[in-house]
Amino acid sequence: MTAYLKLDHIDKVFTRGAATTEVLKDINLTIEKGEYVSIIGHSGCGKSTLLNIIAGLTGVTTGVVLLENREVNSPGPDRAVVFQNHSLLPWLTVYENVRLGVDKVFAKTKSRAERDAWVMHNLNLVQMAHARDKRPSEISGGMKQRVGIARALAMEPKVLLLDEPFGALDALTRAHLQDSVMALHQKLGNTILMITHDVDEAVLLSDRIVMMTNGPSARIGEVLEVPLARPRKRLELATNATYLKCRQRVLEFLYERHRFVEAA
Amino acid sequence: MSMTATKIEVKTAKPVATVAPVVALTPKRPPRTEAYARMARETAVRVIPPLIVIALLTLIWELVCRRAGSALPPPSKVFSDTKELIFDPFFDNGGIDKGLFWHLSASLQRVAFGYSLSAIAGIALGVLVGQSVWAMRGLDPLFQVLRTIPPLAWLPLSLAAFRDGQPSAIFVIFITSIWPIIINTAVGIRNIPQDYRNVAAVVQLNPLEFFAKIMIPAAAPYIFTGLRIGIGLSWLAIVAAEMLIGGVGIGFFIWDAWNSSHISEIILALFYVGIVGFVLDRLIAGAGKLVTRGTAQN
Repeated sequence: MTAYLKLDHIDKVFTRGAATTEVLKDINLTIEKGEYVSIIGHSGCGKSTLLNIIAGLTGVTTGVVLLENREVNSPGPDRAVVFQNHSLLPWLTVYENVRLGVDKVFAKTKSRAERDAWVMHNLNLVQMAHARDKRPSEISGGMKQRVGIARALAMEPKVLLLDEPFGALDALTRAHLQDSVMALHQKLGNTILMITHDVDEAVLLSDRIVMMTNGPSARIGEVLEVPLARPRKRLELATNATYLKCRQRVLEFLYERHRFVEAA
Repeated sequence: MSMTATKIEVKTAKPVATVAPVVALTPKRPPRTEAYARMARETAVRVIPPLIVIALLTLIWELVCRRAGSALPPPSKVFSDTKELIFDPFFDNGGIDKGLFWHLSASLQRVAFGYSLSAIAGIALGVLVGQSVWAMRGLDPLFQVLRTIPPLAWLPLSLAAFRDGQPSAIFVIFITSIWPIIINTAVGIRNIPQDYRNVAAVVQLNPLEFFAKIMIPAAAPYIFTGLRIGIGLSWLAIVAAEMLIGGVGIGFFIWDAWNSSHISEIILALFYVGIVGFVLDRLIAGAGKLVTRGTAQN
């Protein structure tokens, strides 16, 4: 297996005054190019911390993140993030929000006209070109998340990091957006790492599901391959035996072996 | 894996196709006169109540101050005494014997100068204090003490330092209006959501771009709150400062009127001071609305 993104023995300890909390313990994970990997776990298990570490927004205590065999320890557009609450800048229009990243990443390699075309191309990919001059407050939650995806895609990241991208959306919008992300993955072949707490979402979208144990000192409990052919169809999968088995496995992991104690 | 599925039979009812004639509707537009009438009504609702209150207060004032021997003149006397000042604000007889326009514009120039300086310095210091924990720890206690010093207490010191009325007045405006600008800017910077900082980090904005593209727009609502308080304070300070430094300016005009017992002129001047202060406040508020368009929501 060729490692594209590699997490090597990552530990993360938060220190506040005299108190220390070990959030992540000995995380090892290898992701291939073009793979879609989901990380699932109960809230508070440190999965967002893990994503922030890969994004470079949080530092590791020990261990290393390797992207194409190069260590990464600061944020950069090669690991673009789609944030949970879209994080569009409210004073910029949809177009300007995407353009902000494009202008930085392609400052030297693309001309003004090319950058403009590239922004519109990415807005078209997520079907948001019609709203280019709207401000984030004027579009719906699902549309904001689409723009967030366009902003990340437009930076041509090596790895696209999705931090619970559909968490704040209603069920119908979420399904619609999941289909869009699947289609984009199919079309562009991005390497995607997604944080989620939705079992169906994880099984539907991923090639592999990384299940995390409860924190503190969360580890990778189990990694499940999802051997479903692509393109996947939501409706057909609802009765697919493999799909149901995978779903069952994740549910068992989350609700039997690593039940969320605090919620009980 | 074997499984037994429960069969659910669903009967779907097919809607009976009916052909209905399509009627094109022309949207009804209210006649223009009606729109004008509504606009007039809306204006009236806003304008009439304050007019009634002002008329009533003027009437009471007139009745109270009318009798002989009253210390303050009634509005009718104020008007007859100051007719010349009201109708000819542009005369200039040299020295400080000028129309009210010149006095007000002299004061406004001082305010414009001092306030611009304090806006620039205040935003810069506010950004520093908001961004850096060490700057905040070092400077904040100082600011908290200095900002309680009344404007006029600075005047003797600045006269000693500058040895001239003009820069001293400007300094007093500067030092009075800078504190709310610093403090509000710092709060705005500190309240920039982590999300925006993350976005900037992923996009790899350099510090200058971060300042211009994230920090200033994100903190703009706070900054404008500070600027608005600041303009009010500087207008408060200028009248007091000018009373002491003398020369052309609305503050000294009032003081001069008092020394010559022209009570009516004082009342007229106060009226103008109030109106100008109100306009300044509205100007900054309007500018704020324009700049923070979109930022305030969300």
